[in-house]
Amino acid sequence: MRIIKAGIQDTIQDSGRYGNQHLGINPTGAMDKYEMQITNALVGNHAKEAVLEMHFPAATIMFSQSALIALGGADFSPTINGEPVPVLHPIIVNKNDILQFHKPIAGARVYLAVAGGISVKEWMNSRSTNLKAKVGGFNGRKLKKEDHILLRLAYPYPVTQKEFSVLPWKADIRVPSSFQNEEASHLFHILPGFEWNRLTTESKEQVTSHSFELSQQSDRMGYRLNNIPLTTTTNEEVISSAVSFGTIQLLPDGKLIILMADHQTTGGYPRVGHIISAHHSKLAQLKSGDKIQFRLTDQQNAEELYIKQQQHLLQLQNACTFRIKEYFKQLN
Amino acid sequence: MNQNKFPYRIFSLGDAAATIDFGNVIDQTINQEVISRFHQLKGKPFPGIIDIVPAYSSLTIHYDILKVRQHNPVTETAFETVKQLLEEKMKQPVSERRIEKRLIKIPVCYEAEFAPDLQQFISAKNISREELIALHTQKTYNVFMIGFLPGFAYMGEVDEKIAMPRKQQPNIVAAGSVGIAGKQTGIYPLISPGGWHIIGRTPLKLFDAGRTEPILLRAEDTVQFYSISKIEYEDY
Repeated sequence: MRIIKAGIQDTIQDSGRYGNQHLGINPTGAMDKYEMQITNALVGNHAKEAVLEMHFPAATIMFSQSALIALGGADFSPTINGEPVPVLHPIIVNKNDILQFHKPIAGARVYLAVAGGISVKEWMNSRSTNLKAKVGGFNGRKLKKEDHILLRLAYPYPVTQKEFSVLPWKADIRVPSSFQNEEASHLFHILPGFEWNRLTTESKEQVTSHSFELSQQSDRMGYRLNNIPLTTTTNEEVISSAVSFGTIQLLPDGKLIILMADHQTTGGYPRVGHIISAHHSKLAQLKSGDKIQFRLTDQQNAEELYIKQQQHLLQLQNACTFRIKEYFKQLN
Repeated sequence: MNQNKFPYRIFSLGDAAATIDFGNVIDQTINQEVISRFHQLKGKPFPGIIDIVPAYSSLTIHYDILKVRQHNPVTETAFETVKQLLEEKMKQPVSERRIEKRLIKIPVCYEAEFAPDLQQFISAKNISREELIALHTQKTYNVFMIGFLPGFAYMGEVDEKIAMPRKQQPNIVAAGSVGIAGKQTGIYPLISPGGWHIIGRTPLKLFDAGRTEPILLRAEDTVQFYSISKIEYEDY
């Protein structure tokens, strides 16, 4: 694949670089792992395969060979050779086909998966780009014009069509039993953090009842919220300790920050709460100006929602594998 | 609380991590216990562990909710399971480790060009530049933890005369910058926003992705700084 026009921040990401946080090496990886894994499933890849993660405006990409691809996550009104194509469908593209994105319709990050995966060197067991450490992914940086990204596999199927073709099945990302009560996209369940009780009663009330706006300073590191400063009952310093994706920290100015994929391994700000794992996917699709609300939940509920989501993912993966096999069998 | 020599409690860090917390303190014996427990778990991890992160006085275990539940189908939540597994581990004594005490000497150039906060720092502390350098270089420091950035070593403790709370406003700090915050001293491995008072810079690479061991310092290392000139820095 060749980048013929660079996007604002396009990087190669996989499911993250784990096992090295004791060295301060942060996991990075896709912001929206759930959708990244579904996008991989659509092309028959292993869930952890590296993909392109793109923000809007996203790159314009020309394919240098035939490939089975899929787009997932955000909808940036994609076209191939000028014709609109849907997200969450497998698509067969041919040599010289051009993929473009025109307008952000929904979400903040789109994933492009290619059957067989992307050929970049692993660093510490992962292909994810660590922008800060300038390592991993494509030379440790975001993609630029004229970058040529090699695929790990040649197109494994016979080339039968002159035109690109959208395959007739779609991944339904919604987890069946949860979306009736699982509410609007702006409501996030949180577990109280270790320093939750440092908040004054009024501030706790504010966290659980107010709505919070994502500030302009919202990126892969974290989302800063525009909130009325919160107050604590103590100013005792927090000795640095681990943080995680979804950790909500209280900054010295009383504002909140939600840590995202490029978060540091440890931090010394009070951890008022943590967004539950099942909500990380919709969290990753937020952008500056979006408004969100928090609601306290418990460990049991958090795990149940996560398990439901993972079961749905597994079903999608199995269905995709089956459909791909059947489709190409019939072509041969 | 428990009967352990080092009282601790286990709390959840979100729904996919558990932290063993030994109290909100900086203490070398507690930190040694944290590192011993880190090695104990790292040596014999239970299924589902993704990452183990030792800090000053806490040890955090990131885990895969599904894997933990698959291997332990009985308990209510993965967190309850992890908590129980950790409590069992904590009952076991840690095996004697042969601690390889490394002393690492780190050159630092304290000249103005590399020390944007030095002038303000010495006037606030009412000491001379020479006194600051002498105080910073005379002690050996213990590396308590690596965190924040790849290879950022939290070291301590500096002499009371050069201890100073972190800055109100963080700014962009160059790679190799040596700073002080509270009684801690540390080195920024990469260019980064930072709130520590920058008093010098080392030509050493604390992080180098191309090295077999990308991270220079490890928890439990002993570090001593020595002063070098600008010329020595540039020739390093």
